[in-house]
Amino acid sequence: MRNNWWKIWSAVLLVYTFVAGLLGPVPSLPLLQETIRNLYFHVCMWFAMMILFTVSVVYSIRYLRTLDLKYDIYARHFAVTAIVMGLLGYTTGAIWAAYTWADPNKPLINSFSTIARDPKLIGAAIALLVYFAYLILRDAVTDIDKRARISAVYNIFAYAILFPAIWILPRILPSLHPGNDGNPALDVKNDISASMRLVFYPAIIGWTLLGVWIATLKIRIQLLADKKLMS
Amino acid sequence: MKILSSRLIIGALLLTLSMAAFGQTARSSMDNVMRSNGQIYVVIAVMLTILIGLLLYLVRLDKKISKMEKR
Repeated sequence: MRNNWWKIWSAVLLVYTFVAGLLGPVPSLPLLQETIRNLYFHVCMWFAMMILFTVSVVYSIRYLRTLDLKYDIYARHFAVTAIVMGLLGYTTGAIWAAYTWADPNKPLINSFSTIARDPKLIGAAIALLVYFAYLILRDAVTDIDKRARISAVYNIFAYAILFPAIWILPRILPSLHPGNDGNPALDVKNDISASMRLVFYPAIIGWTLLGVWIATLKIRIQLLADKKLMS
Repeated sequence: MKILSSRLIIGALLLTLSMAAFGQTARSSMDNVMRSNGQIYVVIAVMLTILIGLLLYLVRLDKKISKMEKR
């Protein structure tokens, strides 16, 4: 294993997240109850996604500055891992919403139209679709240099859509989703209880490092495959 | 390295077997940890097994790629 200290940290923090996340004290809130523990899993997926997309766009910019194809591979695989995290965040959010937002007295399908119209969900869907288009666009271009350049520029545009779609748009419209004013998750005074922050922040770091680990593995495989192609 | 990792896996398997043995003794005394608190510890054991399994898979993958890079 190469440069493994942060990989060990990822494993340690995730084990801590799973144990302390299930056993640690949480405030008892109406509707949420024990599901508040999903904060350590569902919300962390989105945090990891945002951080990995940021890493991806940084490598895209570095590619455009140096025209080194290595950075193009980095950007692509960080974006793919971020998309996986985003899909997991979306799926876990759907499960969570089904048991907290939906009216328990009616069949789930009756609440579906209300939930599906939530601006935060639509915003997240737009952001993910924009990134799906990034992958499709990449693979549609066969010329290596052209592909790298077009996708690097597109990645910057996609990143510019990501934050308006998941942060600004949902704040303009009324949303069921929590975290619409102030600095959600990062407001230490009145957002999350102190005992939950002790698990939440390590959880973000652990999940993000796991994403980085997976991305670096994919990058190394790609670099090996390219090397084989050249020789 | 390969011997070490296979030893680790065998060790983990043996540990799981001993877990089953714990379950056997628990049947006679219902007050053990795994059965307290609405059996949440069983959920934690299952989740940790999956997490550690996935992490071990990543470690093995990482080692394999490192070996390919050296070649």
